[in-house]
Amino acid sequence: MELVCPAGNLPSLKAAVDNGADAVYFGFRDDTNARHFAGLNFGPDKMAAGIRYARDKGARAFLALNTYPQPSGWERWQNAVDRAADMGVDALIAADIGILDYASNRYPDLNLHLSVQGSATNYEAIRFFHENFGIRRVVVPRVLSMNQVKHVVENSPVEVEVFGFGSLCVMVEGRCLLSSYATGDSPNTFGACSPAKAVEWRETDQGLETHLGGILIERTAKGEAAGYPTICKARFEVEGNTFHALEEPTSLNTMALLPELMKAGIAAVKIEGRQRSPVYVAQVARVWREAIDACKRDPEHFKPKPEWLAELGKVSEGTQTTFGAYHRPWQ
Amino acid sequence: MSEQPKLSLGPILYFWSKQKTEEFYERIADTPVDIVYLGETVCSKRAVVRFDDWMQIGERLAAAGKEVVLSTMTLLEAESELLMMRRICDNEKFLVEANDIGAIQLMQGRPFVTGPSVNVYNERTLARLAKQGLKRWNLPVELSRDTLADMQAKRPEGVETEVFAFGRMPLAYSARCFTARAHNLPKDDCDYKCGEYPDGLLLSAQDETRFLALNGIQTQSAHTLDLLPELDELRSLGVDVIRISPQAEHTEEIINTFHRCLNGEESLEAGNARLRELMPTGPCDGYWHGKPGIEERALKAAGLS
Repeated sequence: MELVCPAGNLPSLKAAVDNGADAVYFGFRDDTNARHFAGLNFGPDKMAAGIRYARDKGARAFLALNTYPQPSGWERWQNAVDRAADMGVDALIAADIGILDYASNRYPDLNLHLSVQGSATNYEAIRFFHENFGIRRVVVPRVLSMNQVKHVVENSPVEVEVFGFGSLCVMVEGRCLLSSYATGDSPNTFGACSPAKAVEWRETDQGLETHLGGILIERTAKGEAAGYPTICKARFEVEGNTFHALEEPTSLNTMALLPELMKAGIAAVKIEGRQRSPVYVAQVARVWREAIDACKRDPEHFKPKPEWLAELGKVSEGTQTTFGAYHRPWQ
Repeated sequence: MSEQPKLSLGPILYFWSKQKTEEFYERIADTPVDIVYLGETVCSKRAVVRFDDWMQIGERLAAAGKEVVLSTMTLLEAESELLMMRRICDNEKFLVEANDIGAIQLMQGRPFVTGPSVNVYNERTLARLAKQGLKRWNLPVELSRDTLADMQAKRPEGVETEVFAFGRMPLAYSARCFTARAHNLPKDDCDYKCGEYPDGLLLSAQDETRFLALNGIQTQSAHTLDLLPELDELRSLGVDVIRISPQAEHTEEIINTFHRCLNGEESLEAGNARLRELMPTGPCDGYWHGKPGIEERALKAAGLS
């Protein structure tokens, strides 16, 4: 089982590789990838250096090109595919049918992964991408239960990668327009959920208010932690009750499920968090490396060590972690 | 390019009883809508109208001169859901609307329509799906008229374009049921709570902005997308089909209004003034103008709000 770690910049990439990542994933410095944030991602020189660094240490380098180009931006995405192929990335992670079509025609040898943004939750969809574009791996959305994941793996023509740790999307990736509804920009069109320019914080008598696109989406009391303001983890009013109507600000941690994931034949576990610091990447990569190795040695008796969980707890978003949809009652 | 756009009625996105559903389509048969999409696209647990019932409703509508299309589910997780999708894709009577790539795979070259939740964002995707049998595509709701214009300029021969023009917009899908959650119920024991909200359950921001509508595992805009004021532009962009999404009340009147405005029997201003009275929350049209979806721009500019 491969450990795939996020690299928002070169220091994070090195931290991931040095702490046991089998592969790293990164993006160009624009809207061609789904972590399009200021100060993040790679220009051409840094990317070349990053790929070299990973290779020298035996790790693979994947490029995320996983947003949806519109006609007016098509050339930027096409150029990004060309650059990725020129640099010899170990895989291109894409979602858009047009991009996959271009990449598979122009570069038949280029290793293609279907991004989580491609919304493939069932094996018929995976077969479509395999038969038409020759994808060799699929990253499945964070909406499937453990049994559903197993069923996908049993019937998928390609290997399956799942999210293991990090921020949790409650909605099917690639099909969530909540951000653009409030701000005009979504992960699909712009590569970011709740883009920074649409976020406004206001100190008021009632506490800290978070506005997104001018809409009040959260009000936190003094001393209460305010997380990154996504619509799906904010408090709303429904029939007179104000609560986390979609999801609490939790993050995903599937470490306890490792034996099951391994037994199911999952090819890779992905760590979310290209927007996080190199310290986060180092800690999470190190802990997950240890956990995967321990689970490989003795899956029967594998249990996450308390010190691993404590370490991960320190870098988790929100105060709780969850199995998310892997655990059926969550659904 | 067609001379006058046709009118379509999208699938019912909410959980209505079998009786309400059947009575609804009895009335729809008498409206001037040209195309009717049928089937459950949101949650497979809402199986009160069975496959054979949908086929019967379809036959009655076809006898009334409607083009009938069977819609598939949007989020497919369980094998039972794939079985239903296969059954729909294998039907030999009606065209199929694919709401997930899985359905396109099953169509294996036979003609199909893509619904608004299939991500067709550029002309290369459109061309690729045309090779696959795409007969008609729906513009994803977050895309603007400028993108539509670019797509129209390059769309493949023989492929029709449909635009979701009226209704609460589907914005997201989850494994989790938010209607059940609002009632403190797990999804596996949801008590079919969504049946109590025939237009969805309103969710408001803490500043009382009416924001979203919860419809089981689907999250919608609380505001109703209303592109009636853009009818001339839709026509000049060569849009072939204009989609109205069913709501619990007044759907026939909405269809009639669009029909009269299309035929020049009523002014857009008068038609729109009526439509505004029929929406559960109010109008929006921001996406069309390349702005946040919740905004209402054309309406403001026209002094209607």
